[in-house]
Amino acid sequence: MFDLKRSRLLAAAAFTAAALSSPIALAQDGAASGGKDKVKAAFVYVGPVGDFGWTYAHDQARQCMAEKLGDRVETTFVESVPEGPDAERVIRQLAQDGADIVFATSFGFMNPTIKVARQFPDVKFEHATGYQAAPGNMSLYNARFYQGRAVLGTIAGMMSESGKAGYIASFPIPEVVMGINAFTLAARKVNPDFETQVVWVNSWYDPAKEADAANALLSQGADVITQHTDSPAPIQAAQKAGAIAFGQASDMTSFAPEAHMTAIIDEWCPYYVKRVEAVLDGSWEPQNVWLGMEDGEVVMSPFNEAMPEDVKAAAQKVYDDTKAGNYDIFTGPITDQAGEVRIPEGEEIPDEDLLKMDWYVEGVKS
Amino acid sequence: MSLDLVVAILMAAAGAATPLLIAALGELVVEKSGVLNLGVEGMMLIGAVAGFAVSYTTGVPALGAVAALLAGALVSLVFALLTLSLMANQVATGLALAIFGTGVSALAGAPFVGITTTTLGPLVAFDDPILRLLFGQSPLVYLALLLTLAVWWFLKHSRQGLILRAVGESSDAAHAIGYPVLKIRYLAVLFGGAMAGLAGSYYSLVLTPMWAERLTAGRGWIAIALVVFASWKPGRLLLGAYLFGFVITMELQAKAAGFALFAPEFLSALPYLATIVVLAVISLGRRNATHAPACLGKPFRPAV
Amino acid sequence: MSLFALEPRREASRAASLAAPVVAVFCALVAGAILFTLLGHDGLSAVYEIFVAPLLNPYRWQDLLVKAAPLAIIATGLAIGFRANVWNIGAEGQYILGGLGGTFVALQTLDLQGGWILPAMILAGILGGMAYAAVPALLRTKLGVNEILSSLMLNYVAIQLLYYLMRGPWKDPMGFNFPQTAMFSFDQTLPMAFPGTLIHLGVPIAAAVALTAFGLMTRTIVGFQVRSVGASPKAARFAGFSVNATVWFALLLGGGLAGLAGILEASGPFGQMVPSFPTGYGYSAIIVAFLGRLNPLGILIASLVLALTYVGGENAQTAIGLPSAAAGAFQALILFFLLGFDILAGYRVKRGRARRAQDASGGAAAISPTPGSAIPTPSTTGTQRA
Repeated sequence: MFDLKRSRLLAAAAFTAAALSSPIALAQDGAASGGKDKVKAAFVYVGPVGDFGWTYAHDQARQCMAEKLGDRVETTFVESVPEGPDAERVIRQLAQDGADIVFATSFGFMNPTIKVARQFPDVKFEHATGYQAAPGNMSLYNARFYQGRAVLGTIAGMMSESGKAGYIASFPIPEVVMGINAFTLAARKVNPDFETQVVWVNSWYDPAKEADAANALLSQGADVITQHTDSPAPIQAAQKAGAIAFGQASDMTSFAPEAHMTAIIDEWCPYYVKRVEAVLDGSWEPQNVWLGMEDGEVVMSPFNEAMPEDVKAAAQKVYDDTKAGNYDIFTGPITDQAGEVRIPEGEEIPDEDLLKMDWYVEGVKS
Repeated sequence: MSLDLVVAILMAAAGAATPLLIAALGELVVEKSGVLNLGVEGMMLIGAVAGFAVSYTTGVPALGAVAALLAGALVSLVFALLTLSLMANQVATGLALAIFGTGVSALAGAPFVGITTTTLGPLVAFDDPILRLLFGQSPLVYLALLLTLAVWWFLKHSRQGLILRAVGESSDAAHAIGYPVLKIRYLAVLFGGAMAGLAGSYYSLVLTPMWAERLTAGRGWIAIALVVFASWKPGRLLLGAYLFGFVITMELQAKAAGFALFAPEFLSALPYLATIVVLAVISLGRRNATHAPACLGKPFRPAV
Repeated sequence: MSLFALEPRREASRAASLAAPVVAVFCALVAGAILFTLLGHDGLSAVYEIFVAPLLNPYRWQDLLVKAAPLAIIATGLAIGFRANVWNIGAEGQYILGGLGGTFVALQTLDLQGGWILPAMILAGILGGMAYAAVPALLRTKLGVNEILSSLMLNYVAIQLLYYLMRGPWKDPMGFNFPQTAMFSFDQTLPMAFPGTLIHLGVPIAAAVALTAFGLMTRTIVGFQVRSVGASPKAARFAGFSVNATVWFALLLGGGLAGLAGILEASGPFGQMVPSFPTGYGYSAIIVAFLGRLNPLGILIASLVLALTYVGGENAQTAIGLPSAAAGAFQALILFFLLGFDILAGYRVKRGRARRAQDASGGAAAISPTPGSAIPTPSTTGTQRA
């Protein structure tokens, strides 16, 4: 199952883990042996479960996992946990209260999780989207959402008449930057003149501001709206203006039935099932994974009926090829905004470079 | 710049200004009566969730707006009871109201997450950009303008408005003349709550027809800043709200055109910075006069 | 008009003063249980899980102390200001500036070693908070600008300043472009007060601050000056006390303590500066100050009660699935009831309408800010110029 990319990433993780190793955790190695009849799994969320975005997706996955594993698992969660000491306290409390595995689902929980993981060598910790782990009992997991961005870019490139997309973005962290690049690269494969105009709203969640940003982009000629923020406000704005848009994190069709073409769905359920099962049968080992469409962690919601057949087919092809491992949007030649070739023909961007990406491809305006 | 773009910018500015204007008008009347209610954010959230719930259940967004109005007034009654009848500290009670509204709206709104409702949109759709600008916006945009006019007239030219201002300037003197200080302040606080509730429903019914926790994202505090920015004058409030809406819109337009005017953080801090500057400048110009109602925040204890 | 009327007490009732917070918390519990039941949750379990269960679990005691420490430090400073009728509600901003001041020193000394670094950071934190509180102090004393409004506005400016520094100049160059600073070094980290526990040095500092403030307010001339100015600026002027000096003192003290709390949090539990640094302590501390009846000793208890609503709120989420918003609603309810009952300390309830106040100054006497008495109220700060 492990491809080259992932083992490279694992090597990097092993290095980080070694650097962070502490005597407490080392002494407790081998905690992986021995299964359990029932597992207590706890989740820590940064937002309310009612945000209909990032946290909502994780909570849907929690419920799905609980349903799949039935009475072999007991799940709890704490929502709206501020990143920092409060998170550390919550994670510690969950460990003290007998959780066997704790999923910490926001980047800002990374350092608190590391601290607590060192104090509780017998508890398993899983942190989403971080880059550092405590050794022995802490895993890192993330999803290749950029694969979905390539599907969106393909649809945008084929359907846009103005050749201009508006991209509402939160913060210029690598996760967001690579999404913008994947979207633009895919769109320019279909329409070489395609442009992506980025508007940074400096927030993950501010419906009014997201809507205003979408309206500004629409009034300046964008006829596609896509976003890396959490609220359905931008797709509602797109629907009003007769443009097309894509949902974020979950299927948002109900908010804008005409504008909503498809959505990248954060499907964490298979991963949660797998990891809790690993605790159940005693095979849990720390790892650093970056799963994608191949693993069923990134999926697309059903295409809008109104999408032309050829667009549907092209989008489906990108999805199928990615799933089969034959398509990587970050394959050269890739030129940057200055027009210089960054990645030569035939080469792929290695994962460790993607994870600190801070440059934009040609066609991105930010 | 095309006419369409100009109209789009002006309409976006009006859209951003309208809820701030409505909430700030309410708070202005409250403060003119000598009461400081810092709970605007909480009342807006209560209004937003009540408006959405009723609009979704009945399918009539106008009913949602009415419900928001009533819900805002209802929750402001808690504030009035504590600060007016029981003479509780207004700052602390206002802060508690903001926390209360945030919590209760989240609890009450849980069943409405992830669904949408009919927009409280324009009554008539126009193709012509000028007509669209003049007549094709959400009814709340026009209502806000009418309310501004009404509040201005009320405070400046009506007898009741004069009494309300007198109560805010010197509650003891007003009481001595025989005006019902508490009754007037109760009515002012209820009006402020109703306006905050209505303003909240602008978010859940017009701008983004949906409910999610903390939907108003801090706009209630901007409304409070605007009242001070406007030196407690309805005309300046209109100006301030539209100026603010225009700056926000222009910033996003500039970004959408590919260049940034300011650091985004500077822009987010701007309404507050501008308010402090206005407070300071007005005080510099006229000694002893920030136009703040003299009894602002001071409880009234009937001596007789 | 009404069956009951309020009549000012000649002196604030000590018994009522002490009983009010207890009754308020109790009523909030009952009201909360009813409210949550109406909203479809199990109200009684909610009350139990938030307010009782954490107290039965020794693990949580340390959590309570750690969470209460910054609240107690900030609230102590604010309460002294409130007693002087100085309404600083900008503690959130002063807390942030305190954290930023200390972080500035930390970023300059990342590669250095020595026991002087942490004290330097703490000093910078206190100065940061004081400097930020100096703005409303200056505006009030020089221009007569209402400090409620100016200090509130500055909170939002401080948050944006923090965001700017995290996104730009102070971002960790090795941090994958995430908006946060590097982790502080060993010499920049607040040590534990008791090794092997979670109780960092901030906890004993909080207790020391409150006790010192109690002594200051009850045993020194400064405390008397603060209370006199709060009770009656005119009378205080006759006594030779300067209102302006008191305003400066109250704001600088409040800002300095908020700054202290900020850098203690940054160098202790956070161990770095992050955009999520402000978590509303500055606002919660206002609640704590009132819940503790503006008395430093009462504030110590009140900060633990508020910490309980946070820790218990998390507990109720995992135990019975109560949404996090419920904890916020509870905090507000406690404050509502407290503020409502406060009047009983200064007034007596009488059946029928009070016919005539005993004397014109009866109301003022009832709110004379002696420890344990009722709470003073903001006056016309905009027109009070010395």
